Amino acid sequence: MSNLAANLVAYRTIARREIVRILRIWTQTLIPPVITITLYYVIFGKLIGSRIGTIEGFPYMQYLVPGMVMMSVINNSYMNISSSFFGAKFQRSVEEMLVAPMSHWAILSGYVTGAVARGLAVGALVLVVALFFTSLHVAHPLVALVSILLGATIFALAGFINAIYAKKFDDIALVPTFVITPLTYLGGVFYSIRMLGEPWQAISRANPILYMVNTFRFGVLGISDVHVGTALLVMVAFVVVLSVFALGLLKRGVGLRS
Amino acid sequence: MSQPHPETTPALVVDSLRKTYGNGVEALKGVSLTVQPGDFFALLGPNGAGKSTLIGILSSLVNASGGDARVFGVSVNRQRSEAMKLIGLVPQEINFNQFEKPFDICVNEAGFYGIPRRVAAPRAEKYLKELRLWDKAFGQAREMSGGMKRRLMIARAMMNEPKLLILDEPTAGVDIEIRRSMWQFVSGINAAGTTVILTTHYLEEAEQLCRNIAIIDRGTIVENTSMKALLAKLDVETFVLDIAAPAAELPALAGIALRRLDAHTLEAEMARTHDLNSLFAGLSACGITVTSMRNKTNRLEELFVRLVEGGRNGQAATEASA
Repeated sequence: MSNLAANLVAYRTIARREIVRILRIWTQTLIPPVITITLYYVIFGKLIGSRIGTIEGFPYMQYLVPGMVMMSVINNSYMNISSSFFGAKFQRSVEEMLVAPMSHWAILSGYVTGAVARGLAVGALVLVVALFFTSLHVAHPLVALVSILLGATIFALAGFINAIYAKKFDDIALVPTFVITPLTYLGGVFYSIRMLGEPWQAISRANPILYMVNTFRFGVLGISDVHVGTALLVMVAFVVVLSVFALGLLKRGVGLRS
Repeated sequence: MSQPHPETTPALVVDSLRKTYGNGVEALKGVSLTVQPGDFFALLGPNGAGKSTLIGILSSLVNASGGDARVFGVSVNRQRSEAMKLIGLVPQEINFNQFEKPFDICVNEAGFYGIPRRVAAPRAEKYLKELRLWDKAFGQAREMSGGMKRRLMIARAMMNEPKLLILDEPTAGVDIEIRRSMWQFVSGINAAGTTVILTTHYLEEAEQLCRNIAIIDRGTIVENTSMKALLAKLDVETFVLDIAAPAAELPALAGIALRRLDAHTLEAEMARTHDLNSLFAGLSACGITVTSMRNKTNRLEELFVRLVEGGRNGQAATEASA
């Protein structure tokens, strides 16, 4: 068997194991985010949203949905990979992979696939729940799909890097609490940055999540606060840079080998 | 590059291996040893001697500071993937996901080695059955006993059918019956051609199972020879004697150090060449009746303690005179 074929088997093994894990603990991985987002729909979309009226020509509930989906996807792909890989480090089962002959890319892509799968599964559930509150017509399906895949991959890679550096469970909770959540809430999920005055509009443009949310919103509703082509290129660049960085960490054995 | 011949190439060549950790601890100070193919090799040493560091380097979990190791001629440093295909590792600590099923743990392990599920599934069944774990194969691993978990790690290590099986204290905390069944399995694997390296603190295990031995202490190999040659070095034996009635006085016997352990037990230390008749004659002359007799300790244990302590005393003397 060639090295590539062996690595593909190893990749599939990790990806499958991750997906089995997500399904095994579905009450922790799939249901809580759906309940949280349903509450957002009820409170912000229906109760408060009915008083807001329209944004960029769309009812507030409809405007909210793409941001909610992207927020769920990036949060869940990040949390999945950081908790799963750190858990493997914590109980030393990561050694099973480190002593095996597989390449580092097989380890990384296996975990990223699992994280993206959870992100997409939660995103799909959140989208289905949204249909109980509003109707949706997907304007640019390909852009919507590519942007959601890129967003999930970027945050999966970031979560993997976080897990590599983490020494205790607190370390994998810090980034979502102090970085991802504030950036998401200020990243145009609930509002258009055109509603902000300067300098807040300019400051908002430094937030990478703004580009992900707006690219997906363009895919679903056909509107965006940012240039979609540029946003997609920036997201691809993030995937490349984070992948190279994560592979470098694996090669050097940072946090994994003595 | 010419391919090494597995039949003639040593199973393991450790060449001047060094490891200094970030905190300055020098765990290995240029360790060299060779293990022949098909051998059952004991790697012994006290806690902190460097055994686990050496195994960590062989299994690529620890990066060496210098030197190299070759597994069947394949360099662990330069051809990591190729070398890892040849090794099966049973680590000292439980290191599988306790929430997974034993069957999945084995099949996934095979997957990490590039072995597809259709090959891995019957292989997992085979090894789980051989290690008497099949009835637990589809429960959660965390519900298994300590002995079962250790056997599961052996089954997992066999999934890539390694040419070199490394067992790092596999029987720690395991009861005697399970320990025997584990050794029966590993002996069978060895008889079928797999080279086995064993570290253990149960020295009678090493004495019974292993043909060759290395003793490591403070990062240095202090002995590397065949078990037979090592045991032949033991020049003193100690016997424990149970006596019928308390002895008022112990006889002074030439060449025998006799002392009282309790009212009904004596200990006699003598050269291996010394005859036992003079011991019994001396005791009989004092009216002492011996009801039973046994070796005080395992022979290898006695040698092990001497070699380690001898090495340390020698090092202390050298440091003092420096």
